[in-house]
Amino acid sequence: MARSLITLPERVVRGESFRVRTLLQHPMESGFRVGADGRLLPRDIVRRFRCLYNGELVIEAELSPAIAANPFIEFSVRAVDSGSLLFEWSGDNGFAQREQRPLIVA
Amino acid sequence: MNTLNRRRLIAAAGGLWLLRPAAATPESLAAALRDFSGGAPLRDGRVQLDIAPLVDNGNTVPVGVSVPGVPAEQVQALALFTERNPQSEVLRAQFGPRAGERSLATRMRLATSQQLVAAAKLTDGSCWVQRVDVIVTLSACLE
Repeated sequence: MARSLITLPERVVRGESFRVRTLLQHPMESGFRVGADGRLLPRDIVRRFRCLYNGELVIEAELSPAIAANPFIEFSVRAVDSGSLLFEWSGDNGFAQREQRPLIVA
Repeated sequence: MNTLNRRRLIAAAGGLWLLRPAAATPESLAAALRDFSGGAPLRDGRVQLDIAPLVDNGNTVPVGVSVPGVPAEQVQALALFTERNPQSEVLRAQFGPRAGERSLATRMRLATSQQLVAAAKLTDGSCWVQRVDVIVTLSACLE
């Protein structure tokens, strides 16, 4: 399980949008680098990221090798109801990670 | 003469090193943009790409894409492309019903000084782009 860092406000006001920042520990090996033995290092990247808010889609992103190691994604969510935000990453070599964060809407 | 040859050799070796992975070309950039826009003509404006014009370290470069002045519901997708990384694609994002402002920030790799293209697809089918030139002093290791 990779480490992840998710920053979002604890309480938000209904109808307003707020920023969410996500950082995931991952090497994002591009597949274009040459290793010590002269061979290309196989690609190992996070390919997809998705955020759901009470089961409804916020954002869905396709990542490429041009995203830096430890992929950081910042986006905005509109507050509707209290509940939770679900974050999902998936990638090469069967990489999959899910994180959930509670959200209180005042 | 001798030193000149050596210099040439070093320069050539450096060049080979950079060329090794299939680099993206203006053609592949255009193809990626076409794929994103779905054939709609690319128009300049509306979308805004935030990046430092001079990048010290190409390994992690903060970038932001936003669409100021356009109501959020009208922005369907955002994307970011490069001209001279090994691949043209950087990031593509689709927004769902719970998205707030349609803006996005991430950190990317830059292989060399080049042009970046941010693109936004609106619900009316139009596609907007902004092209920004950046200078990179320390390149990301082969992307």
